Parts: sequence; structure tokens; C-alpha cells
Amino acid sequence: MRVIVVGAGEVGSSIAASLADEHEVVVVDVDGDRVEALTYDLDVLAIEGDGAAIETLQEGGLAAAELLIAVTDDDETNIVSCGTAKTLDDVTTIARVRNTKYLDTWENAEGALGVDVMVGTNLLTARKIASIIGLPAARDVDSFADGTIQMAEFELAAGSPVAGQTVAEADRFDDLTFAAIICPDDEADCEEIVIPRGDTRLSAGDEVIVIGTDEAVTAFSHAVAPDDDYHDVLLVGGSSVGYQTARLLEQRGIRAKLIERDPERAQFLAESLPKTTVLEADATDRDFLESENIDAVDVVVTTLESDEANLLAGLFAKRLGADRAIAVVEEGSYVDLFETVGIDVAVQPREVAAEEITRFTREEHAENVAIIESDRAEVIEIEIDDESVFCDRTIQSAAADLPGGVVVGAIVRDGEFVRPRGDTVVHAGDHVVFFVEATALEETLAKI
Amino acid sequence: MNGHLRVDWRASLSLTGRVLLYLAVPLLLPLVTALLYGEGWMPFLATIVVTTLLGYGLSQLDDDRDIGAREGFLMVASTWLAVALVGTLPYLLAEHGTASTLSWPHVPNALFESMSGFTTTGATVMKNIGVEHHSHALLIWRQLTQWLGGMGIVVLAVAILPELSVGGAQLMDAEAPGPGIEKLTPRIAETARVLWIAYFAFTVLEMALLYGLHLAGFAKEMTLFNAISHGLTTLPTGGFSPEAYSIEVFSAAVQWAIIPFMVVAGTNFALFWGLVRGDPRSLLADEEFRFYTGAMASLTAVVTVVLFVGSSLPGTVGLAGVEQSLRHGLFQVVSIVTTTGYASFDFNGWSMTAQYLLLFGMFLGGSAGSTGGAIKMVRWLVIAKSIKRELFTTVHPEAVKPVRLGGRALDESAIRGIHAFTLLYIALFFLSVVVLMLDAGRIGMELQVLDGMSAIAATIGNVGPGFGAVGPMENYLSFPWTSKFLMVFLMWIGRLEIFPVLVLLTRAYWRS
Repeated sequence: MRVIVVGAGEVGSSIAASLADEHEVVVVDVDGDRVEALTYDLDVLAIEGDGAAIETLQEGGLAAAELLIAVTDDDETNIVSCGTAKTLDDVTTIARVRNTKYLDTWENAEGALGVDVMVGTNLLTARKIASIIGLPAARDVDSFADGTIQMAEFELAAGSPVAGQTVAEADRFDDLTFAAIICPDDEADCEEIVIPRGDTRLSAGDEVIVIGTDEAVTAFSHAVAPDDDYHDVLLVGGSSVGYQTARLLEQRGIRAKLIERDPERAQFLAESLPKTTVLEADATDRDFLESENIDAVDVVVTTLESDEANLLAGLFAKRLGADRAIAVVEEGSYVDLFETVGIDVAVQPREVAAEEITRFTREEHAENVAIIESDRAEVIEIEIDDESVFCDRTIQSAAADLPGGVVVGAIVRDGEFVRPRGDTVVHAGDHVVFFVEATALEETLAKI
Repeated sequence: MNGHLRVDWRASLSLTGRVLLYLAVPLLLPLVTALLYGEGWMPFLATIVVTTLLGYGLSQLDDDRDIGAREGFLMVASTWLAVALVGTLPYLLAEHGTASTLSWPHVPNALFESMSGFTTTGATVMKNIGVEHHSHALLIWRQLTQWLGGMGIVVLAVAILPELSVGGAQLMDAEAPGPGIEKLTPRIAETARVLWIAYFAFTVLEMALLYGLHLAGFAKEMTLFNAISHGLTTLPTGGFSPEAYSIEVFSAAVQWAIIPFMVVAGTNFALFWGLVRGDPRSLLADEEFRFYTGAMASLTAVVTVVLFVGSSLPGTVGLAGVEQSLRHGLFQVVSIVTTTGYASFDFNGWSMTAQYLLLFGMFLGGSAGSTGGAIKMVRWLVIAKSIKRELFTTVHPEAVKPVRLGGRALDESAIRGIHAFTLLYIALFFLSVVVLMLDAGRIGMELQVLDGMSAIAATIGNVGPGFGAVGPMENYLSFPWTSKFLMVFLMWIGRLEIFPVLVLLTRAYWRS
């Protein structure tokens, strides 16, 4: 199909790249340089122009397109692009917005503004942070099957009770599947993704991906890092992401502290967040942090406006005694750097948005997608239909028809969790959560 | 001189005149009562004539009744003063009245009784109450003044005078108890009407219930006259009763029946609007309502225990003692806290502990938007919350912590206003106690400090009875006329929540 992507920034380029192999992709951007760069980088048609203008969309072949994805950094442009496209042609539209007020409007009147799917970057980022806080030791968390299933990525610390155990020994949880083990890149003997067997040994530094029920994943999280219990959360920066994160934490009963330097913004936050303690102060003021018992803080989340400030504030807080640091990072290339120098989890809003949008552009029956380790693998949720290789067969027999690198992580039947084992029979209508390595993705998607 | 004034006092007084004109209508009730009972009706006809003439005269002052905030304060203050003055006429003219004569010593008494009625205070200077000593018509007039004053004469005016559609919100703001008004409907006149309809409906309901108890044989003394009379003074949290011994003369059934109506009277009437519109949770979800009922429940629990243990009541043994302690404890706490001022028992005989608890209750008051007086629950709630915030910010100096009411953050200026009001209220209380004690001493009247304090708290808070010399079965007659004027003033400013009257005394109000 033909897909028009409005905006050739990080999100647009990333989406265009992941779609370019299978679809006809047209990318529209006002910036001539970016357009030119993209023309050479990807096998896509790049057009210079305003995505909100009729002529540009027509030039991009809107009449032949099935999907329009508006992902510029400007909310209004994205919404107007979708609205314009909708008036011209029957096309599915996806808009990315930062401001949650548009998301609220849209959610209360679905399909409003000519947008079929609205992806709220700030809210998604906040959700991501909140779920990481909910699972203290996790580096990444995604939920599937209406939230009944969670996928979580853990890095095993040296002192972790499961480090050194085999998978069979560590697997003490009924409703949990070890989907994959990703070894650290610098260890030459283990660069690939390992699909674990019972005798696979877990070692410190490994990243383990588990899929299971909420309770099982939480229990595993406590087994991996028994001391982790996040009650004392410090948010630095009352940006939209910081605000939304505090709101989500409040819903879970976590009373966070939020530091905001701007008096007016602090006042707004204090009024909007009844259970959060808003402090009007500078997060780099050592005396202040010490008087607020920074050393008792379980996790510090930095959601300031600049990456550099987030890095500094996070490191500073950790140095003064905070246990863990989560930082928002806009620039994709900084993610590794952040995690190398001491930030425990770097969350990139653009990646979160791209992930969410990719979910809608997958084969029609994929329900939900999580991208692991910058495209090395994906966790996908699929509703099994009659044509699936799994329909009315055991997992073991179906697996024989699939390439390696595929793990059935969880099955949800009529809202209930079904433990996936070799002899489990899968039926049409079941929601199955798979872990799939990137190399096996195309073939697997076609069969399941 | 006129050119320098920033206040269009003609417009204000003209509106006051309009209200007086309308006051002539309810005066028909005592007139009809007099005719029914074959009593002297001339005093009431004379009052109607005087009220109408005065009202007409004032209303002719200005036909451009364009009012702003300043005119609003003057209009509200002068209206309450005017109705209280006109309201003295029946007392001065009636054959069996307080005074029955226009001679000097009776003028302050009549004014006291009239102001106490309209402000729903319920303090009385009548030595002998009851139909044996006064005409039914005069007693009904006394009850009626409370009913008219309860929801607010100005609120009533806003409901029925179309020219107040614009300035009405300011007028109601100046008059209505509690900080700020809540617009229930887009049109202010509609809001005022809703409030009065709810008020009227509850009044009729209570009258029917009380008379129903009589018909059912549970209340011998609750005649139709008494049922109507008490219906007229419960909902305005007034407290006047045509019976000398107030609610004590009635059966336990009547006492229990009156309690919920006093609770209703002290509740924000806007909440009933939510109830009518099919949202029953609006009542329980309201923070002030929970605080109001919670405060009364806790105070009742303490008073009940004090009464039971202290055996202040006859028959305080066994279950009868428990029922009596609870009934009188609850009745008196609700009556005092809502500033109704009925008495189911002569609490002068109670222990000092119980009496001090009631004195404390006199400062609590009903909810904002109710007919109750005193400082009001919402103010105490906000003060409690802001103290809690102070404690928190002592530990966390950088914390930004708005004070929330019902989930909404309050404006700092509103909090300052509440602190200022409460401080001023308490300062006026102490100042007035000193003046009263000095004045009583001047004529050699023996006045206990607790009695004097209760007299001031009861008048500025529109409660009614106090303790000792001004206890529920006593009266305010023995005070010197100077003290009576002081208390008339306190009732007046207490009903209007001090500021609307006090601003009239500032230079800034009259000049730019």
C-alpha cells in the first residue's frame, strides 16, 4: 500500500525506514535538506512541501494512498494534515501530538479532527516511565492483551539472586515465560539473542525478557532485585511528561515529589496534582536536595526540557544517594551514552511514538507491538484466526513450521491467562503474545 | 458634596424602598391571623400603611437603579436596617405586645425583638411568651420575621425584582452567608428562586410533619398554630417559639422530628439543588457537608457522655438516661451549632463542661449558603487546612501547596479573606464582651463572665439564647438600653457577615 508520512524528523524517518521494505512510502517535509538526505538514505519518495497543504498531499499521491501518518514536531500541523487528507480522500490517518489537550478532545469524540489514531507522545512517555517505576528493576515494560499481560526487560545485577542460576532454576513463577536473553554487546561470545532453554545459565549483566501476567512479572522483578520497592519517587522537572507521570503515579497511590523551578508552573502543578508534593526549587541545589532527604529516594526521574539538564540532574541525584535514575532523552543517539554513564533507564519519547505508530502499520491482525533493543526483536500480540499456522494445533507442532527465534510468551483466552507450554493447543480467537527476532519477523508474520 | 461621592446612594435607597413595598405583602399574614382569632388588627393595618408609604417614598428617589458593588453593600445594609425598623411597629402598637406603648423604654426593646427576628437570632426581650400574654397575630409576626430573614430578604428581592438581574449576584454575595455565592443556574434570579423554593418546600414539609404528629397523638401541644409557628422558625435557624419553654414543652417525638430540619437548615441549600437534579452523591461528596455533620456528631458524642456521666438530666439511669442524654445532647448541639437556638431542655442546669462545649459550638455556625449564622463551617475547614499547610511548609520550605476545597485549589486571596473575617469576628466578640460587662456594671447589673460572653456570642452569631442571665428560659430584658443597641448592631452585622456593614464605615468606600 501507499503510505504518506508527513514529517521527516526522527520519528518520520524511523517509521519510513521500517515501512520502506514492504510499502510504497512517500515522505513530506518542509525542510529541503532533510528531504534530500532522505532521498539518498531510504528507498522512498521524498517531497519538499507543507503536509497541511492540499497541493503537497495531492503531489504525494493522496488519492492512491491508504494511510497518512503525520509526525512533525508541530501538533497543529499534524492535526491539520490529517483533517485535510480526510476531506480529500478516504484515507486512514494517524497523528502524533505532544499536547494532551488534543488527545483528551480526540478521546472524548473518537474520530474527531479527521484523525483515526492519535498518538500522544508525552502521555505515552509518561506511561512508559510509570510502568518502569511500577517494576523497579525493569529497563523496559510494555503491556499487552488489554493490560493483562506484561513484557518486561530486566538487566541482571551482579548480586541478583537469579544470576548464576539456570532458567529452569530461576523459573519459579507459573504464569511467566522467559522469552529471550540478550547478552551485553561487548562480550564477544554472546552477541546474539539467545532463546533460552531449561539449561541456559543466566549470568550477571544479561538482559532477560520475560512475558507473563502482571503479578508474575512483578514477583519476578522482586526476585531479581529483592530490595527494590519504589515508594519514594522524585520527579525533576514539571514538563508535560513530568506532569503526566506524576498523575499516573497518583493513580497508583504513589505520592511523588516533583521539583519545578518556575513559580507559575509550580503553582499550576500543585493545583493539578493533589497527592504530589510540588517543590519550587532548583534540582541542582545540593543543600536543598539534602534537606529533602535525597539519599532516601528510590528513583529519580528527570523530565526537564533539555537532554543535558536531564543527564546532569539524574547523575547528580544518584551521586547524592538516589538509588536509580530514569531520564527522558529527546536525542536518539544519546540513549546509549546516558545508560553508559550511569542513568539506569533512558526513555526516548520519539522512539515510544514510533513504536506506537508501527503497531498500527503492521499486518492487519497484529494488535500490539513492542520493539526490543532498537529493532533487534519485537514482541507482538496477535489474535489467532483460522488461517494461522497455530490454529487448533499444539505450540510444539506449530513451532516446527516457523523459523527459529520465535517464542510464545503468553496466551489469553476469553480474558484469562493460559500458560503456554509445548502441548498447549491454540484456538482461533486466542490472543497470543510472541517474542520474535527481527530476522525471523517477516516470515513469522506471514504464517501466524 | 454630592459630586464627590462615588456611591449612588439614591439608587441603593430606592431599591430598599422596593423591598419595603414588598414587605407589605407578608404583613397580611398577621393581619389575617388577627381577624381569624378576633384580635386587634389595627396595628398590622397601620404597619402595612406605614411600610407601603415609606417604601413608595424611598423607591421614588431614583428610577435608574443601576447598582455596582458599592451600591450593593449600601442597599443590603440599609435594607436590613429598614425592615428591622419597620418591623418594630407591630410590637409598639399591638395591645398585648412587648411594650404596647410608644414610650421610650420600649423602643429599644421593640427594635431588639425585630432585629433579632429578621436576623434569625432568636434572642428575646419578651418576659412572658405565649398566647396568654400576647395576641396570636403578634406571635405569628414574630415567627414570620425569622422566616423572611432566613433565606435572605435580598435573595428574595433578587428572585422577584427583574431589575436586579445584573447587580443581583453582588447583592446576594453581600448578603448570603459564607464566602462567595454559587450560581446554580445561568440566571441569578433563577438561582435565587431555586433557593427560595427549596426553603419554602422544607418549611411546609416540617409544618405538615409536626401537625401530623399531633393528629397521630404523639404531640398533644403541637397545635396547628404551633406547627406553623415552628415551621416558620426552624428552617431560617431562627429559634423563636411562641411557647415560653421553647421545645421543652413538646414530646420526645417532636424533639426528634425537629432535629433533621435544623440539620437541613444549616446545610448549603445549593446541595439540595444537586439532589433534586438526580445526583444524590453531591451531598455526601461535599467536603463542607461532611465536615459540618462530622463536627456536630463529634460534639454530640462528647456532650452526650458529659450529660450521662454528669447526671445533669433527671432520670439518667438505664436506657431512659441514655436516650435522654443523647436526645438533649444532639438537639442542643445541632440547635446551637446551626445557630437555631431552640432549647429542648433548660441547659442552664447542665454542668459547666457541657455549657462551655455549647459556647464553643456557638462559634462554629452552619454551612455557607445555609441560613445558619456565626463563623461557618467552611471557614473553619479552610483555616484547619491552611494550618496543616503551614506545618507542612515548615518542614518543606520550598513546597508549593495550595489549600484545596472539594479538590479545587483555593485562591490565596480567598484564604486571606477567611483569616481576616475570622480574626475580625473574634476581635469584635472580645471587644463587645468588654463593652457589655462595663455597661452592665454601669447600672449595677450582676453579670457573670460566661453569661456575658454567651450573650455576645449568641447575638453576633445569630444563635439566640446564651447561658445564665440570658439562658434559654430567660431573656435579654434586664440589659440597659445601651447594651441592647450594641446587641442590635451585632445582630445586624453578624447576619451580613460584618464586611458589608464595615466597609460603609470606611472613608475609601465613600470617596474614590
